Order: sequence, then C-alpha cells, then structure tokens
Amino acid sequence: MSTLEKNMSLTGEAPQNLNSIQKVGTLVGMFGLFIIVLAGFNISLPNKGLWLTIALISITGGIILYAKGAYQNKLEGIKNDGVWFKSISSRGYLAWIAGIGLTGFYIVLYFFAELLGLGINGGTNTGVIALFDPLSKLLNGNPASQWFVYGTLYTVAILAFGVKFIWKYKHNRYEQSRTVSVMFFQTAFAFMIPELMARLNSDTFSLPYNDLKNMWPLNYYAFDQWRIDQFINAETIGLAFLLFGILSIFVVSPILTYKYGKRWYCSWVCGCGGLAETAGDSFRQLSDKSMSAWKIERWVVHSVLVFSVVMTTAVISTYLGYDATKYWLTKDLFLIGVALFLGLLFAVIWLFKRDELAKDARYGAIGYLVVVLSLIGIHYLSGAELFLFEASKLRSLYGFLIGSIFSGVIGTGFYPIFGNRVWCRMGCPMAAILGMQQRLFSKFRITTNGGQCISCGNCSTYCEMGIDVRAYAQKGENIVRSSCVGCGVCSAVCPRGVLKLENDTMNGRIDSNHILLGNDVDLMEYVNRN
Amino acid sequence: MEHIVIIGNGISGVTTARHIRKLSDKKITIISSETDHFFSRTALMYIYMGHMKYEQTKPYEDYFWKKNRIDLKRGFVKTVNPQQKEVIFEDGDRMNYDKLVIAVGSKSNKFGWPGQDLDAVHGLYSKQDLDAIEQYAPNNNICKRAVIVGGGLIGIELAEMLSTRNIPVTFLVRENSFWNGVLPDGESQMLNRHIKNHHIDLRLGINLKEIISDKNGKARAVIIEETDEELPCDLVGLTAGVSPNVDFLKDSGIELGRGVKVNRFLETNIKDIYAIGDCAEQHEPIGNRRPIEAVWYTGRMMGETLAQTLCGNPFEYNPGHWFNSAKFFDIEYQTYGWVFANKKEHEAHFHWKHEDDTKCITVAYHKGTQEFLGINTFGIRMRHEVFDRWLTEKKEVDYVIQHLSEANFDPEFYRKFENQILNAYNQKSISV
Repeated sequence: MSTLEKNMSLTGEAPQNLNSIQKVGTLVGMFGLFIIVLAGFNISLPNKGLWLTIALISITGGIILYAKGAYQNKLEGIKNDGVWFKSISSRGYLAWIAGIGLTGFYIVLYFFAELLGLGINGGTNTGVIALFDPLSKLLNGNPASQWFVYGTLYTVAILAFGVKFIWKYKHNRYEQSRTVSVMFFQTAFAFMIPELMARLNSDTFSLPYNDLKNMWPLNYYAFDQWRIDQFINAETIGLAFLLFGILSIFVVSPILTYKYGKRWYCSWVCGCGGLAETAGDSFRQLSDKSMSAWKIERWVVHSVLVFSVVMTTAVISTYLGYDATKYWLTKDLFLIGVALFLGLLFAVIWLFKRDELAKDARYGAIGYLVVVLSLIGIHYLSGAELFLFEASKLRSLYGFLIGSIFSGVIGTGFYPIFGNRVWCRMGCPMAAILGMQQRLFSKFRITTNGGQCISCGNCSTYCEMGIDVRAYAQKGENIVRSSCVGCGVCSAVCPRGVLKLENDTMNGRIDSNHILLGNDVDLMEYVNRN
Repeated sequence: MEHIVIIGNGISGVTTARHIRKLSDKKITIISSETDHFFSRTALMYIYMGHMKYEQTKPYEDYFWKKNRIDLKRGFVKTVNPQQKEVIFEDGDRMNYDKLVIAVGSKSNKFGWPGQDLDAVHGLYSKQDLDAIEQYAPNNNICKRAVIVGGGLIGIELAEMLSTRNIPVTFLVRENSFWNGVLPDGESQMLNRHIKNHHIDLRLGINLKEIISDKNGKARAVIIEETDEELPCDLVGLTAGVSPNVDFLKDSGIELGRGVKVNRFLETNIKDIYAIGDCAEQHEPIGNRRPIEAVWYTGRMMGETLAQTLCGNPFEYNPGHWFNSAKFFDIEYQTYGWVFANKKEHEAHFHWKHEDDTKCITVAYHKGTQEFLGINTFGIRMRHEVFDRWLTEKKEVDYVIQHLSEANFDPEFYRKFENQILNAYNQKSISV
C-alpha cells in the first residue's frame, strides 16, 4: 500500500533519513565495532589496553551521538515516526542481517568460544578475548573469558542504549527512572561487584561469581553443588550470600511483587529486561499480539517453569543423596519439603483464586502439580538412586535448551524478528512465577481512563509482551495480565491519556464492565447489573 | 430470524452489532464500501506517520466476525427502498432487512471553492483519503509543499502527519486563532505557538479563494482570498469540518436535515429504520450538545443504546456528562463538562498555564452558585471517572481546585502542578 519503499539506504527518505550527527555517530560506533572484529581475525594489536579503550568508547560514544542527532532538537513527545518504514525496525533487510549476525554471535559465544580466541586448557587468550584481557586483569586480576567479554559488551549496550532511551522519552519520568535503575543494576550488581569480588578469591577462600539480583529460577545454576559448596566453604560471607539468595526468592520477591507487580524486577532490575528495554527498544512493536500467540505463550512459559522446578529438585536431591554427610538437609527431608511446599502453594491458590483462573490455566496447573508430585513420589517410594532421569543430564539439557538456545540465541539473537521480549514472554521461568503472583496476589494493574479510549491501537502495537492492551482499554477494563512487565510504554504512547500504571487495593482490581463510562447512567447500570 | 442490516462499519455500527450479539441471536450484517473489516478511523494518521500498519488499527482480529456470527458485506449502497425493506447496491445487488441501521458517518466539507474537486485535493476521513494522501505526498520530493485549509482537529492532525515526512505545510485558518470557536483564548493561543514550534506555516484569519489546476487536472497552487497570494503546492488538505454522508438517501423517503433526522430513540420517520453516529441529527439538541455530534465517543454510545432498543429493551439516547479528547502535536487535550470559548452569561473561567507553554487548564464555573461546570486540560491527564462524579454531585469550583490531585492521571513520577494551580487560584480569588 505504502508508496514509501522500505529503503536499505541509511540516508533514505524522510522520515527515516539520517542527519549529519547521526551519520558521524554511526561512523564512530562502527569504528569501535570494527576494532573488535579486527581482533577477532587475530590481527595482533599492540597495546591492547589502549585499543580496547578506544573500541569501547567509540561504541558507546557512537550510540550516544546517534541518539543526540535523533532526539536533541525534537520537542518532547512520542518518537515513533517512521518505525514501520525503517528496514531495521520493520523486519526489513537490515533487521535480518542484524538478526543473523546476533544469532551467529550467540552460537559462537555459547558453543565455540575458542573461535573468539579463548585459550584452551588454560592457554593464553588470543583474538577478541585477548583484547579484553587488560580490562579483566584490572578488575578481577585474571585473564578474560568469553563471559567477561560478553558481560562487558552487554553492560556497554545497556548503558549506551539506555542513554538513547532516556533521550527518546525525555518527557516521561517513569521511563527515565526505570532506565536509570536497570543501568545501575547492570553496571554495579551484574558487572562491577562480582568482578571486584573475584579479587578476594584465593587458594583458601573463594566465592562463586555472584550477581546478587540474579535470582533462581532465572539463574538456573543457583543451587548447583559447586556453588553451594563454595558458599558453605566461604563460611560467614558465603552463607550470608546463600541466605540472601533464598530470602530473595521466598520473601523479598513476593513482598515487592505484591506491592508493585512484577515490574519491580522485570523492568527495573533484571539484566535480560534491561537489555530488552534499551538495546531492544527499537523492536518492541514486533511482538505477536494474536490470540494464538497468547495461548502458545502460556503453555510454553509455564512448561519451562515446571521443567526448571523438576530439574533443580533433581539436581539438589542428587547431591544431598550421595554427599549426605556434608549437608544438614537430607534428601528425604528436602523432597518431602518440596512436595509439601508445592502442594500448599497450590492449595492456597485453589482456595482463594480458582475463579479467576481460565479453564486451561486450571487444567494446566492440576496437570503440572500431578506430574511434579508423582515424580517425587515415584522416586521416594521406589528408593531409586536417580530421579527417574539422571539429574546431571537433565541439568545439562536445561542449560542447553533454556539457558543457551532459548534465552540467548532465540531470545536476544532474534530481537529484530520476533521483538525484544521473546525470552521474557515465552521462556523465562522467573517471569512465569512473578506473573502468577502478579495476576493473583498483587496491587498492580493498568487502569483505563473512563470512556476515553479511541481504539487506535498504539498501546497494543508498542506492547513488547504482545498484550492486546487495546482489547481491555476499549472495554474500560483494568489490565491485569501475568505477562505485563510494567514498562509503561502503552501509557506513554497513548494519545488520549487513557492508561496509567497503578498500585492500589486488590478489591475490584479485575473487573469487566460491559459499558464504558460516558453513556446514560441508567443504561450503564442496567447493563452492568445483567 | 430477524435480520438486522447495518450500513457502515465504523465505531457506531460495529458497537451496535457487538451489543446486539451479546443480547440476542439475531442475524446481523454489516455493509461497508470502505474496508473489509472495522478499523479505528482515529488511527489513520498513525499509518501515514509509520507508527502503525493498517493491520494494527483493526481492534478485532479477523476471525472475530465469524466467531460472533456477524456477516460482513463489502459493497456500496446506492439507495434504500423502505417499501420493500431492501437496500440496493451500486452493482445492482439487493439485500432485505427487517431492521435497518444507518451508520454511514461523514464526508469532508467542501464550500464551493473553485478547484475543490481537482486531483490532489483531499479531506482526511476515510481509508481512501489516506491512500490518496500517501499517493500525492509520499515524501518531500514529490510533495514540495502542502496547504491545509481549515483549522480544526483534522487539520492539525494532517499537519502533524505531513511534518513527519518533512513536507513543508502552510496551514490556513479562517479564525484569528486556532480552534477558538471551541477553545478559550489562553488555550487557543498556546496551541498557535505550539503549531509554529513544529515549523508549520500557520496563517490565522486567512481564507482560501481558489485552487489552481495544472494541465493534468491536478492541484498546483492555491490562491488566498485576503491577499491574492498564490501558494504553489502539491497537496491541498480540505479539513474544514465534516457533514453527514447522506446524499444516497435523498429519494428514499427517509427524513433528512443536514443528517438523518432521528428522535431520542434514534428512530427515523420510517418504522424499522434507525440512524446513529456522525450521520444522525437530533430533532432537538440534547442539553448543550449539537444536534449532530461527529465524535467517536458519541457514536459508540449511540451504538450501545440502539442495541438495547433493537433487542426489545427500548432506551432513549441520553448521554451522560460531555467529554472529549484530542491531541495537538505533542499536547494532549481532555475535556469534561462544558467550557465555552464564548462564555455563557452565567459562566466564569479560571485559567492557569505552566511557564513551559505546553500545559494549561481552564475551569468553568457558575458565577452565582459557584457550581463547577467543566474543565479543559492540556498536557496534564485527568481522570474521567472523578470529573464525571464531581459533575453529577455539582461540586463547587473551590472544592474541585482543592481536590484536583484526586483527578490526576499522569504516569507515576511525573511532576505535579496542583499546588501551583491552587496558588494561582487563591491569588486570583483574593484579587477579585
């Protein structure tokens, strides 16, 4: 329909043409990236520290310069002009190039790190990884690993694109506040603190790399034996970290989610969310809003959660079994505990909230509970050494399928094709837990403003989680969806001031009035009564 | 089974159909010559601006209609024959109805300007208008300048659209300040400045004389009435309001004024024929409302009401407190109750404007009783529900200003202005 062709040229027609500042920004950024690529070809750069500094500063500076060019002279307001005309943000050619490039990068990173120059069997690093050695030594005292390279680039991306995002939403203090928050948590908690803590490690004392905000089950290796052992061996400090990890799951998170919804984590703290909201912001409109996508989402994300619970239980019970003397918790006690906890949790939900669950959610919940309990039961009664499956195999399968393929290769590599929150929506077990709580026990909701909706569809289009926000807004219904990460963009892009993220009483939070405000009061009362 | 035929698949017709389906099993057919499916007319601008694709302006997925047994018929109705209870299509097709709902909306006003029917002269109302604008103004090479005639809500939308493609826009407004037939001066003048900040060549108090054709019958320039200046352009936007799209009913026997005349039950003079939305004209205006209300919300409410009547539960169209909304480039506007540009005799205004010149409010109240009558708010979102309640409870203006924070609907962490507003209000009260 549009006579405006998707145009590969970066300097194409209005509104997607670049001004000179943006062109310079692109040049500077690409130069930085080029240095890293050169290093990848094993071209030996003298004075690696200097070149790495130049590369990282160029990339950051290039992105920020680009953002300056894009937004500094614009008046405050929504900046979505030409989103569906630009090749990169409308699944055009540039989007496919970017998608393939990112996917390839993740495959190499996860499975062929030696291609990036990782020294094999403690050998010296070469290539890209060697380029990062100086920074790694500066921070944690050791040569870089592929994860250090990834962590550094990840942090740079969140910081630089974070600045871009803040510029873009210069009129919206909610968007700005939460972006500053994810930038802080990524830089301090995910990157600096763990790197610096690694310095404390010695022959007699060592702590695992510990990102305090990275909670189980998002952090699926949180309770692996080697980590637990290291924590226990590190005595007071280690036990404190372990305790904090457990408390965050069972106390801190439920309280915060009750008060603010899952957004406190997903769009204010989480690193995956942080990348999605900053570097991924240009792709939020690509999420699938169809009813069928919602159905798939519910089954997939909850299946991952169940997989994660089974896997973790199996792993823990295995080492509790064969190393029984090392831990105060016995395997039997642990398994019974898990079964009781799940049973109790389920009973409470059933008692108070069963009417609010959709039919398939009820079937799913019952089905999954039966599966998990029977797995524990079979194992417990048969006394078999293994948990029906070999726990270590289950663990590596999970790590491969969910940890690497889903969250990395598909989750991030496919940003330009499926949108920026595919992992959060379809795969993250943490999001599934928080989402269940958000739907059932939370004060959070998105309120619609009386009868003001004009069904334009900006809210749905820019919902990165694929929620059809308009479907609720045009009925005057609150939006209480388990998948909502509270990014606030639906409210920001609404041209009529219809949507507001709020924490308020749980009473009447989920309502579905059939008539919007504004009509004959008798008619509204009549219809709402029936 | 009773067959209800609805002409027009806009918000009025579709709302009627949806509510009939909730209440009954009647056979429902919606006819449209515009598009196969219902889309949000208010979102047309966002397609041109690249915020959304046409697909995303459809509020319901395509399977919705079949699932809810609402038949969709694409076709142009040539006339209606009430004697035979049938609609007759342009291609000769006929369709029988038991009850007919006319929800055909509006067409852009043309006031007899010479050249008004040339190519590249368009309103902005239908999907076809949008397609034409896309054709004549795809970029600033093909469209070196556009002239917009008529300073209302659609005119400013069109100006915003074209400016996103860096097309220079000259905006001719007959009044001496933008939309000042509706907005009080302070607001209207703030918008004048905002429009100019967006690099629109806004010309106030200026009328169109004629549109000049090139040799192919396409507009190439406009001439201005006041100065006889000739402005070369490649697109002329006619946005001087809309009027009911009812010409096809002329010989049908259905009573027409400017629109289809209806009573409070939305019935026309002919049994079993109803009219709703933009094209319906009340015999007597309701309260302060105009007899023809070409607004999204009123179309929706008429649909909700008529569905009850058609399903055996007759309701008069009796809308609640007036409200409306719009967006002027970056400035959101909401209104609740009545604030008149030309104050009624009993009406007084309190106006506050923020120093950044993008936020202001005007509160109207009764000089004598101090009763709160309405509010216009720019750049600050307010709660519909709260103002609806205050209007019903006939709160006094003091109460409203003092409790304004209860009505705030801005996102979290936004700066609040209630204290500033209250201070300004108190100072004003003292000085009076």
